[in-house]
Amino acid sequence: MTVTTTPNTAAPTRLSAALAAARAEGRAALVGYLPAGFPTVEGGIRAARALVEGGCDAVEIGLPHSDPVLDGPTIQTADDIALRGGVRIADVLRTVREVAAAVDAPVLVMTYWNPVDHYGAARFAADLAAAGGAGCILPDLPVEESGEWRAAAAEHGLDTVFVVAPSSRDDRLAQITAAGSGFVYAAAVMGVTGTRNQVGHLAEDLVKRTKAATDLPVCVGLGVSTAEQAAQVAAFADGVIVGSAFVQRLLDAGEDEEAGLAAVRALAADLAAGVRRR
Amino acid sequence: MSTDHSTAAQVPDARGYFGRFGGRFIPEALVAAVEQVAEEYEKAKADPAFAAELEALNRDYTGRPSALTDVRRFSGLAGGARILLKREDLNHTGSHKINNVLGQALLTRRMGKTRVIAETGAGQHGVATATACALFGLDCTVYMGEVDTQRQALNVARMRMLGAEVVAVKSGSRTLKDAINEAFRDWVANVDSTHYLFGTVAGPHPFPMMVRDFHRVIGQEARAQVLERTGRLPDAVVACVGGGSNAMGIFHEFIPDTGVRLVGCEAAGEGVDTSRHAATLTKGSPGVLHGARSYMLQDEDGQTVESHSISAGLDYPGIGPEHSWLKDTGRAEYRPVTDDQAMQALLQLSRTEGIIPAIESAHALAGALELGRELGPDAVILVNLSGRGDKDMHTAAEYFGLLDDPGREPGAPSDRAVATEADEKAGK
Repeated sequence: MTVTTTPNTAAPTRLSAALAAARAEGRAALVGYLPAGFPTVEGGIRAARALVEGGCDAVEIGLPHSDPVLDGPTIQTADDIALRGGVRIADVLRTVREVAAAVDAPVLVMTYWNPVDHYGAARFAADLAAAGGAGCILPDLPVEESGEWRAAAAEHGLDTVFVVAPSSRDDRLAQITAAGSGFVYAAAVMGVTGTRNQVGHLAEDLVKRTKAATDLPVCVGLGVSTAEQAAQVAAFADGVIVGSAFVQRLLDAGEDEEAGLAAVRALAADLAAGVRRR
Repeated sequence: MSTDHSTAAQVPDARGYFGRFGGRFIPEALVAAVEQVAEEYEKAKADPAFAAELEALNRDYTGRPSALTDVRRFSGLAGGARILLKREDLNHTGSHKINNVLGQALLTRRMGKTRVIAETGAGQHGVATATACALFGLDCTVYMGEVDTQRQALNVARMRMLGAEVVAVKSGSRTLKDAINEAFRDWVANVDSTHYLFGTVAGPHPFPMMVRDFHRVIGQEARAQVLERTGRLPDAVVACVGGGSNAMGIFHEFIPDTGVRLVGCEAAGEGVDTSRHAATLTKGSPGVLHGARSYMLQDEDGQTVESHSISAGLDYPGIGPEHSWLKDTGRAEYRPVTDDQAMQALLQLSRTEGIIPAIESAHALAGALELGRELGPDAVILVNLSGRGDKDMHTAAEYFGLLDDPGREPGAPSDRAVATEADEKAGK
């Protein structure tokens, strides 16, 4: 199968535009993640809106999965709550639609390959585009297996964001970034999602090597949870991705939804200030 | 009986595909490590010293070749068909699992890694891994679902006795599926020092091929033993399938023998018409779980459905991709065996032959009894007795009421009833 990657000559996607806007301001972008259906579908929609209200430039909506092998305990817990609550793919798509309609920021879906594969790659791409989604991150779909998905995504104007890791050799970085679009997700550490006390020293080297391979913006995720860490990463990357720290705010708030939303907004504002620190 | 050599040797292809099944669906962080395993395995295969060392371990440590046992009294329960057991239960550590573990332990040493992680369901793979790590001086961590640490407590003690750390996994269904998830999480974080010694013919390429290759010795020995013993090939080869490693090990040598039926027995739990089973090939559909495309138990949204089996080793909603391929091509057939059928077969083999099988292997025995009645008294049926039942005495004692408990009626049929029925059918 011949797959055309998103050509640079086409109009920039919403995701590219959002990252370019941050760059034009001389700062890194802030990308926030929350799973759909957590703590409820409606509550998840409000929480995702709060990410942008607080200052995120782009949103990743997680499609919860029964086997989140790349997630640490925090996101596992959230996925578990969402799935026990009965969240379906239709609810995830509705979350994307309502969030995309309410905020001025690109909305991506992040999930594992099997739910998308089972739904049908072409059908998922069509429905995600129709819902106003901007693209997809599928961290267990390696570039070698991604042809069908990328063809479907390209047909519907969706970006495909690939993950690179500190263990990725330079030749693979070239191969992966050539296939991806929107931005490149650089995993700061070798490990699963979750907050960490320190951003790994591996991140800066990985960003440097990735930038040598591509003109795509490079955003760093895994383990970033504070404004201090965001500022540190913003010094060498085009964007900062934060997930577990937002999930933890909602878990800490428990039944008190307003407190949870306020905590999400406050953290987003804090991180947004971090990526603007010079 | 015709022999067709055209199919078996060709799979998987270079990308790890058995037809449309298999592949490598893994996070980028693991790509380098999995490629290293594949490259090192190819080098090892070409190295006579590797083969010689593994062969010596198989012989002097495991005790290979394992015996082939005629079970005449048990055969009486199958309408007289001649049943032969391939005695993997007699291997060191008590199951077939050691075959793969020794191969991968040698590979771990070749790769210069110092730590091994493994998942385990029944604990047999965990015990074998802990054993090899003791032998080779490797650090060992075994992930085991919390439910399984309870029903296979003896094996937890064995692993700890051997120096392994056993981590009880409390996420998800708290069984084998979630133990694998947790092992993958560990591997991503510790990949520089650590080899994931995967225990079945599933997972990303090259694991389905490599684990199969390390278990092929079962079928190679058994085929020669059956020919020598009976002067012919068996009519059918029967094995239990969870992830599918013991079945692939005994099936593989027979794949070109197109007249030999290959029969996998999967765990039907409380019945395939209930929600509590692990009959992946009977009731599942193709999807991606744990790094490969294969049949799996999943819902309409592609979420994995929790499986159930009385046997921890078969309690898995996935299956190795080569089995999916063998099913779709029709070369092998898969039939469900319920908890109750397996437990009856466990009791029957114990009472007629003095061999206590693992509950996993008892699924194959139940399948063989059924098949024997279908094929008639002239049939020869080879069964892989993949493990011994010592580890299952807690479950069996509860199921049959074997322990003295003043508050409870014994649930087991009397030993005389079972033995007499067997004797009558055996014509004694």
